Amino acid sequence: MGLLAYGDTGWGDELFFATLMTIAVAAAAIFIGFFLAAIFASFKLSKIKILNLIGSFYTTVFRGVPELLVIYLFFFGGSGAVMYVARIFGYDGYIEVNAFLTGAFSIGIISGAYSTEVFRGAIQSINKGQFEASKVLGFKKKIYYYKIIIPQMLRLALPNISNVWQITLKDTSLISVTGLVEIMRQSYIAAGSTRDPLFFYSFAAVLYLFLTFLSMRIFNKLEKYYSRGY
Amino acid sequence: MDLVFALENFPRLLKATILTIELTFLSLFFGIFVGVFFAILRASKIKILFFISYYYSYIFRGTPLLVQIFIIYFGLAQLEWIRESFLWIVLKEPYSCAIIAFTLNTGAYSSEIFRSAFETINKGIVEAAESLGLNKINTFLRIKLPIAIRQSLPAYGNEMILMLKGTSLASTVTLLDLTGVAKHIISTTFRPVEVFIVAGSIYLIITFIIHNIIKFLEKKYSFNS
Repeated sequence: MGLLAYGDTGWGDELFFATLMTIAVAAAAIFIGFFLAAIFASFKLSKIKILNLIGSFYTTVFRGVPELLVIYLFFFGGSGAVMYVARIFGYDGYIEVNAFLTGAFSIGIISGAYSTEVFRGAIQSINKGQFEASKVLGFKKKIYYYKIIIPQMLRLALPNISNVWQITLKDTSLISVTGLVEIMRQSYIAAGSTRDPLFFYSFAAVLYLFLTFLSMRIFNKLEKYYSRGY
Repeated sequence: MDLVFALENFPRLLKATILTIELTFLSLFFGIFVGVFFAILRASKIKILFFISYYYSYIFRGTPLLVQIFIIYFGLAQLEWIRESFLWIVLKEPYSCAIIAFTLNTGAYSSEIFRSAFETINKGIVEAAESLGLNKINTFLRIKLPIAIRQSLPAYGNEMILMLKGTSLASTVTLLDLTGVAKHIISTTFRPVEVFIVAGSIYLIITFIIHNIIKFLEKKYSFNS
């Protein structure tokens, strides 16, 4: 247990901050994903063929290609793309993209592909009468979406959002290949310097189990809260 | 996008695809047995067997595959008694370690799929089989198993695709599968976009094939035919 001491003698504090980093990346990724999912789900539900196609292309590619490959694309291609844009605006220097942003974006885009399907399914499962009633009552489209459709949709989507969150949380472990110090990377460093990989990787597994357990509890509470009667 | 560069590297990536398919196939093959085994344990009335199955699937589904593969490849090598035992022949190779990790991982997910498939079997069918005088083994093999396989096809198809993507983690333990070779080409040439498009397309094609095989099987074994 000396290995987990807090402070300079052990790895307790490092692993604690690494866990916070994992949570932070996962949270950033899922919000980027929600943002993308809102756009692409509306594309998929739209009546315009070309938008449908773009929506399907996004979900097919990012759910069908391994996460690691997407991460490599952003890790090696990210700064290139940013520098390309910067060059258009007349800046020629080297720009390095922050590992946190690379990770959050690559996982976020993958997570968004899963969320898109969740949002689409939830909107489709809302009773058509709700749309018709809102129209008849004279609400504008923007208003009834925000006030009537989306609140109902979120309740229906909650169990699936919980699934996407679990996937996203576990996917963050792959960002360790880019050098961002989250649970997996920190365990790798600790395992390397103490030559005790079994202990540190097992401890990493425990940390992930703790995080998935905790999020399950929170989502169960939320589900209960949102399925209450009005 | 440089088409010549993409075409030049295509054969190398295609060759690496063989390893990806090999890993996927072997893990899924062994994973089915692990999955059925733990699904049966899960249905057992003996508490301890139930809990073993429950916690197995809980642990393997609650942790990232990367952690699992690292524990098996880097972690177990630390134990002296493993290095001195016959297990070491298997556990010193990244190839077999990857397959063990993938098998245990897909086994956990499949056990959940099979379990819920067994649970949805209509009780009347089982009772009918029993009253016709089939013994327990025959009821399981001839009645329950075929129905459960049909029930679990759609979910199992998803799991196959997830496993295909999961094999990309073999590249983290030095194996040169499709993702491993793609990473190598990217890091030596710094052309991520071309390589991503070629390697990504290969993955998508395999996904497409799996998807269609499952669709075909679903149709073939659907109840109303």
